[in-house]
Amino acid sequence: MIAELGHFALILALVVALAQAALPLYASFAGIPAWMALAKPAARAQFLLVAVAFAALTHAFVNSDFSLLYVANHSNRSLPLIYRVSGVWGGHEGSLLLWSLLLAAWGAAVAGRARQLPDAFGARVLAVMAMISAGFLLFMLLTSNPFARQFPAPPDGADLNPLLQDIGLAVHPPMLYAGYVGFSVAFAFAVAALIGGRVDAAWARWARPWTNIAWAFLTVGIALGSWWAYYELGWGGWWFWDPVENASFMPWLAGTALIHSLAATEKRGVFKAWTVLLAVFAFSLSLLGAFLVRSGVLTSVHAFASDPARGLFILLLFALATGGALALYAWRAPRLASRAGFELLSRESALLINNVFFGALCFAVLLGTLYPLLLDALRGAKISVGPPYFNFLFAALGAPLALAVGAGALLRWKKDRARRVLPKLLAPAALSLAAGLALPAFLPHYSLRAALAFALGCWVMLSVVPVLRAAVPAGHMWTRIPRSLAGMALAHFGVGVFIIGVTFTNAYSVERDLRIARGETREIGGYAFSFHGTAEHRGPNYQATRGEFRVRGGGRDITLHPEKRAYFSQENPMTEAAIDAGFTRDLYVALGEPLGDGAWSARIYYKPFIRWIWLGALLMALGGAIAASDARYRSRAPARMTQTAHGAAQVRA
Amino acid sequence: MKSRFAAPLLAFAAVIALLAAGLALKPHELPSPFIGKPAPPFTLPRLLAPEETFSVSQMKGNVWMLNVWASWCAACRDEHPLLNRLAQRGMRIVGLNYKDDPEDAANWLRRFGNPYSHIPRDAGGDVGIEYGVYGVPETYLIDGDGVIRFKQVGPLTADALRRKLLPAIEKLRGEKS
Amino acid sequence: MMPARRRQRLVLTALLLCAAGGAAALTLFALRENINLFFSPTQVQAGEAPGGAAFRIGGMVAAGSVSRGDGLGVSFDLTDTRETVRVSYTGILPDLFREGQGVVALGAMRDGVFVASQVLAKHDENYMPPEVDAALRAAGRAHFAQ
Repeated sequence: MIAELGHFALILALVVALAQAALPLYASFAGIPAWMALAKPAARAQFLLVAVAFAALTHAFVNSDFSLLYVANHSNRSLPLIYRVSGVWGGHEGSLLLWSLLLAAWGAAVAGRARQLPDAFGARVLAVMAMISAGFLLFMLLTSNPFARQFPAPPDGADLNPLLQDIGLAVHPPMLYAGYVGFSVAFAFAVAALIGGRVDAAWARWARPWTNIAWAFLTVGIALGSWWAYYELGWGGWWFWDPVENASFMPWLAGTALIHSLAATEKRGVFKAWTVLLAVFAFSLSLLGAFLVRSGVLTSVHAFASDPARGLFILLLFALATGGALALYAWRAPRLASRAGFELLSRESALLINNVFFGALCFAVLLGTLYPLLLDALRGAKISVGPPYFNFLFAALGAPLALAVGAGALLRWKKDRARRVLPKLLAPAALSLAAGLALPAFLPHYSLRAALAFALGCWVMLSVVPVLRAAVPAGHMWTRIPRSLAGMALAHFGVGVFIIGVTFTNAYSVERDLRIARGETREIGGYAFSFHGTAEHRGPNYQATRGEFRVRGGGRDITLHPEKRAYFSQENPMTEAAIDAGFTRDLYVALGEPLGDGAWSARIYYKPFIRWIWLGALLMALGGAIAASDARYRSRAPARMTQTAHGAAQVRA
Repeated sequence: MKSRFAAPLLAFAAVIALLAAGLALKPHELPSPFIGKPAPPFTLPRLLAPEETFSVSQMKGNVWMLNVWASWCAACRDEHPLLNRLAQRGMRIVGLNYKDDPEDAANWLRRFGNPYSHIPRDAGGDVGIEYGVYGVPETYLIDGDGVIRFKQVGPLTADALRRKLLPAIEKLRGEKS
Repeated sequence: MMPARRRQRLVLTALLLCAAGGAAALTLFALRENINLFFSPTQVQAGEAPGGAAFRIGGMVAAGSVSRGDGLGVSFDLTDTRETVRVSYTGILPDLFREGQGVVALGAMRDGVFVASQVLAKHDENYMPPEVDAALRAAGRAHFAQ
């Protein structure tokens, strides 16, 4: 019964979304305030209805209702409660429901803040969001109904893929999707602006916090995915340039460019058409990602089970949403001329350079991801683009970008002089160069690339200091720094942390795949790993062979227990790596296979500074969130803003 | 120059064309040259009663399904509930156990249920070659005259069952009466 | 003499064009250097694969063909049901590697054996990599045609 209620709520949500898409949009042209005002309650009702559906599916999972096909395929009686809840989004149908829920949540959030917006504009934004929402609800109801029944119900479910039975992956999709669909707000703002034919500083000021928060979610989502892949896939890499990873990375790159160009549009009214185009791109690339992951056109380790009918539907949705927005752009963008001028050495130029590089990186990832498809379609050749392509490009294009970021953030709007800026940069430049040169003295071997990359990371981190100092007049408190500036500084600092993490991990990791016998000791990365055999261990829904490794070195003794698990519901074994995490290094041990006589094949890795990669990403996300909470995004609301709305804004920020 | 504002639209159209071509490139259903042909005959020992044999000729006069499965095949587990349901509804399903260890196979059936009326054991995969099996699972629908009428490559889905297999079965049963 | 502002604009435009052009050139260069072609065992046995260069090969791990050498060495037959190629690999195989499973290996031919530097299987076990699937289908179709 509850499942039928959920299904019915979805159908109602679709009806509400269709009304929300059509009426306010029409009313915004016809000038019918009463109909325009419908958009806000409709957005809230839509969210409520999708939430009911989501709760119904969660209920079915928690109570192991295997008469639902989707539950039977993604859950199991022996599954721990937390994974029964996260199993809701462990497959295609449920993850689509999560996607719709988050989309509706963003819509309701925009509705809650719509008082800031002119009536007609707010109505159009909510109408555009409802169109997207309606598209996904229709997709779910027609091709991927999570509430489909099967009779008779099987006694037990097939179980959730053991790889997904993990806390990192339980949290990863909600974060990632919140970022993906969060860009739909910027998209809707862009489309509404194109319809109205007006982009000004106020428009950019409205769009910025939404974009920042979506971007912060996406950053955390990607970082979580990377962290999960590192400890769960059993081979210790943190990024594989897999098409599905690329699918999440492209909107991030476009979103990063958007955040920067929005700054220029807000402060100086420049790059208007370009900013609108980036807002369209960021969400379109999210849609492209959804298509790539769910249609099966690309080879990937992460893709959902593929179904061409679903692929066709998403492609249609993608074509309509993005095609419509770009057609509108071709028609209306010519009137979004930017008149303000700026000089060669100015903040505007720096942001433009940022955009050129992020645009190039995004295009490079797009090309590398779609090129196999292109060759297949043209010549029938099966190819893949290897990680060296991406690594090379990100080093080649990322280095100048990192070099520019320190100076760019310090430049004044419109016009600046090298004589003013350069002295402020002298100290960070000297310090980071010195750090880069000194580095080899403390490390096992010299690497020029690592020294340069390390200097670059230090440069990005240290150059934040003059930016902050410039913002605080002498004698004032540091707490007086506006949050937007503090957020920017923190995010840039995070970039530096990230660069250092990547540099050390790439240059100084020690990775050994080896045969190790019981009682044997191997020395890796300055640590002595001795193998003390294996024992059987029973978990809630699996049987494990658990190895014992004692590690000496670094001042304390550690015992690591890597496992080889056999889940009762699965045929294949699963590797569970054991990791001793540290601020400056990780020790990573994973069991391979038994080789007879108590010997095993094992991966033993020493990974210096790998935590800094995710730490840097978290700092970036935190910076984005802090910037979004800046006072000016709240204070310009009309006076009738109530205390509760104000409180809600702070919570959201 | 105004045309530069239309450039993104044109580029996007090209991307959509490429993605559509990509979808079309993966033919998920391909016509089998076996459809409409007699099912290749074979005689094999039975999994749970090795001293007995199963041969195609003994199914003559029945509408039946030949399901190729193995305990090492994960996708087989996905389609298994559907097979159990079909068997409960009186469908005769013969399970060709493909390149499998007999003990694993028997354990597997104990765990997931046994929908099969007969389980011929194709240890070497020779019969699989006769039938053109290129992935496990595969399912064939065979009519009373021993002619293959339908073939499912890969696991059966509820959708394929509803849209293709069940109508085909109904049709065959209609022809028979 | 151009006004200073226009001249600066021109310089900026030129700089941006250079940056974009440079990035595009770099991208194309990197792409040319780093693509790996895919071949099926049938294509490899027909001599279509490059002699010493790296490529990817995909198929099913043939039943009963996996044999271990000293240390971490392992070799197995990769088949598309029509032809078979011997693959040798040193290292730890992925969890989902097993007989009957579709896998993709990256490496090069050496003395009639494919020496793999990487062997991939998917983390979803109901998986047949699309290229492997296509290769198996192609081999199957050819088989029917005979």
